Amino acid sequence: MLAYAIRRLGLSVLILIVVMTAMYGMVFLVPGDPASLALGPRATPELKEALRERMGLDQPILTQILYFFGNVLQGDLGVDVWSRRPVLDQILEVFPNTLILGIVALGWALIMGVLLGCAAVVWRDSWADRLLGVLSVSMISVPSFVVALYALIVFAVWLNWLPAIGAGEKGDIGSQIRALILPAFAVGIGWVGYLARLIRASLLEVMEAPHIRTARAFGMTERDIIFGHALRVAIVPTISVLAIGFGSILSSAVFVESVFSRPGIGTLITGAVEKRNYPVVMGCVLFMTAFYLFIVTAADLLIARLDPRVRDVLRG
Amino acid sequence: MTAIISVENLSISYRVPGGNLRALRDVSLSVARGEVLGIMGESGCGKSTLAAAMINLLPTGARISAGAVRLAGTDMLRLSPEDQRRLRGRSVAMVFQDPMTAFNPVLTIGRQLADFAGAHDPARAAPAALAAMLGRVGIPDPQRCLDRYPHELSGGMRQRVAIAAALLMQPDVLIADEPTTALDVTMEAQIIHLLRDLRSSFDGAIVIVTHHLGVIAELCDRVAVMYAGQVVEEGPVDSLFHDPRHPYTRALLACDPAVVDPASGRLPAIGGRIPDLTALPEGCAFAPRCGMAQPACASPVPRHHPGPGRSVLCHGAGP
Amino acid sequence: MSSAVDGANPVRRGIGRALVADRMGLAGLVLVVAFLMMALLAPWIAPYDPIALDVKARFQPPSAQHWAGTDHLGRDLLSRIIWGARLALGIAMTSIGIAGAIGLILGLIAGHGPRWLDGILVLIFDSMSSLPMIFFALAVITVLGPGTATLIFVIVLVSFPAYARLIRTQTLALTQADYILAERAMGAGSARIILIHLLPNVIGPLVILICMDIPVVIMLEAGLSYLNLGVKPPSPSWGNILSEGYNALRQAPHVVLVAGVPLVLATLGFTFLGEGLRDVLDPRGAGRRWG
Repeated sequence: MLAYAIRRLGLSVLILIVVMTAMYGMVFLVPGDPASLALGPRATPELKEALRERMGLDQPILTQILYFFGNVLQGDLGVDVWSRRPVLDQILEVFPNTLILGIVALGWALIMGVLLGCAAVVWRDSWADRLLGVLSVSMISVPSFVVALYALIVFAVWLNWLPAIGAGEKGDIGSQIRALILPAFAVGIGWVGYLARLIRASLLEVMEAPHIRTARAFGMTERDIIFGHALRVAIVPTISVLAIGFGSILSSAVFVESVFSRPGIGTLITGAVEKRNYPVVMGCVLFMTAFYLFIVTAADLLIARLDPRVRDVLRG
Repeated sequence: MTAIISVENLSISYRVPGGNLRALRDVSLSVARGEVLGIMGESGCGKSTLAAAMINLLPTGARISAGAVRLAGTDMLRLSPEDQRRLRGRSVAMVFQDPMTAFNPVLTIGRQLADFAGAHDPARAAPAALAAMLGRVGIPDPQRCLDRYPHELSGGMRQRVAIAAALLMQPDVLIADEPTTALDVTMEAQIIHLLRDLRSSFDGAIVIVTHHLGVIAELCDRVAVMYAGQVVEEGPVDSLFHDPRHPYTRALLACDPAVVDPASGRLPAIGGRIPDLTALPEGCAFAPRCGMAQPACASPVPRHHPGPGRSVLCHGAGP
Repeated sequence: MSSAVDGANPVRRGIGRALVADRMGLAGLVLVVAFLMMALLAPWIAPYDPIALDVKARFQPPSAQHWAGTDHLGRDLLSRIIWGARLALGIAMTSIGIAGAIGLILGLIAGHGPRWLDGILVLIFDSMSSLPMIFFALAVITVLGPGTATLIFVIVLVSFPAYARLIRTQTLALTQADYILAERAMGAGSARIILIHLLPNVIGPLVILICMDIPVVIMLEAGLSYLNLGVKPPSPSWGNILSEGYNALRQAPHVVLVAGVPLVLATLGFTFLGEGLRDVLDPRGAGRRWG
């Protein structure tokens, strides 16, 4: 188990190093020098000179990269070109909003997806199963920010039930929850479809297994078999998909956060892109990559815990 | 003796690409309380379909074209799905062939046994009751076994657990589908030993499906030999093994490694292959492989009764 | 999902007819053809000039004159949507074409090249297709500046790994096939083998992959344009229409409502068609591509 965990972590670190190098190197690929790019079009020559010195651009490129890596390891992702605030502070300030959005979206998607997937298996090959199939595909393919816009018009503008923008008042849990509902709905809906299909396919495969035949031979009801025995086996592959799905959840969050002007990584990075605030953009990319790799690795280790067979193989 | 379970003129077919596969043809059998019936034959002869029909667990696509399976008089095949479910596991229980795959890999033994018993009677799902049953089938430290996952047990132990599971509800009929086939020789001997011990304490009927003659000889009172979906010969084990009347039974007995003369240096085999079950002849299905076939074998085969409790389906076995 | 084609033999019945029998696939086909027609015939079927201003007629709700209403500058929304189809499909096809070509080359290199190179390339493909690429895309946009060319570049960057992986898998399967070994033994060159054997084998999965990718690309284009990081206004990208409508959401919600429809229908159409094609061409692989 330990060796496995170390191998997984090693791969993650490798990917992170490649991403960091790519992010850093990208600045050099464009015409013009990194300092003026980082500073944007409005920079004065003095500012550029100061930054160039601070970025160590007079040093050999390898030294520069090592210097950059060293800073990142110390949690220094650079400073905002405009506000001069440390990038990491800005990220940590808004990240909880994005994290909660992602978790709630994935949470309701998981609950709905499991229920719909099980329903499709209970009614397999009936019209209900086919309807659920079409519904799942539709939910998967409809862009989340269009769902967000429509939900915004209906529930915030017309019905005025829920707030249209923001993440709620600080310290007021009620308003924060109300502000979370529509974004989480929009971000999660595609995953309801994904998970319903995945659970259905996985369950149908499990339902053919000999141990399900055993359960039937002992007179267990079909409902108990699906929820008590088959789902436990079928859910294991779902967890790794769920972790990878967190990546696409975060991607949807970028657009949906914009629609609801909800403070978060998405609004932070899109705002920075518009202002060509490269340190913030780079910081967000590095932070999200690291976070994502952490999630995927953690999920792999969780699977190893949940499936006793895998657990023992890794232990042995 | 009155039969606790009886199969009456049962015919079952599967729809397959290019026709109807006739898995069972006019099969009639019955087992009384305290009796052990062995069903033997090559693979593909319909043994497993028969076992599945007796517990009402036919795969989707199976069609019952005629006949009945009566449990204490009621036709199980005509019950509602819910009533069928209530009988499974409680009145008729089954031990499956492969103990490696018969249990859910992610649930503990205790959880699974509790679910099986709990489907009928929550009182019997209590850990103490489960552990007591595991102890009865010879599992050391049954309390700990309940917390184990299936893959943590050896094949023999798992088969013991499977037998314990089948006995939990004290069923009227216990069906064992190739209970020793997936085990190695030592384990097999232990399981046979366990089943023989159970015979004395178990008051229901036992049906053992196997292609292993040793299992039949050691455990069964009566034996039915199946070929191409039919029971071609049936009778008490001793009488049938000493005096087989059907050429197929004779060939099977001759193939048993236990009786082959080691000096001859070779294993006999039955020539030819089992017939295509989608296009069966009107006459004897074994005739193409039979050394004693005559022109009459192409016509429908009569059933003869050569002795007490004996029956045989062969033109050549007549008086 | 494999609704109406169960039990049918798709090869014998022909792909077209099997697709028609699959109601979902048929619906997808109809939608896709409709959008293709819209894109091709935009100059002739659009009732107005998509960028002609008419400030007096701004924010008109749908009417007999303007079927889909007008936007904040009085431009006819239906015309903008029709021209938007041309833009969306044009960008999608261009970028998928380039991504496919890059994927083909890299996939062949990985499949034919030395082991270590294959290992590195696969690690790159896998990392790229699993990391949240939208963030990298945004970084690229920061460096290059928003615009149609950047948009296409970014889409190519995000989508080529899937094609490379597909080609690599097929190449590896082929190089191990007996008849390829036989051909090699007879002195056939790599180019010939690729042309004669690889392409016919890869075409089915490739078409499915493209059909599944187009909605993703359309969504990405619209999404980035919505964020003002894609196609520059006044080009009638669906994302631009949505973005402009968003700014007047309370005043004229019809702009967003109307502009969302083609986006939903186009993504649904291509997905349904892809699903239908997959059921027909590759029945066993149904439900395989998750994520």
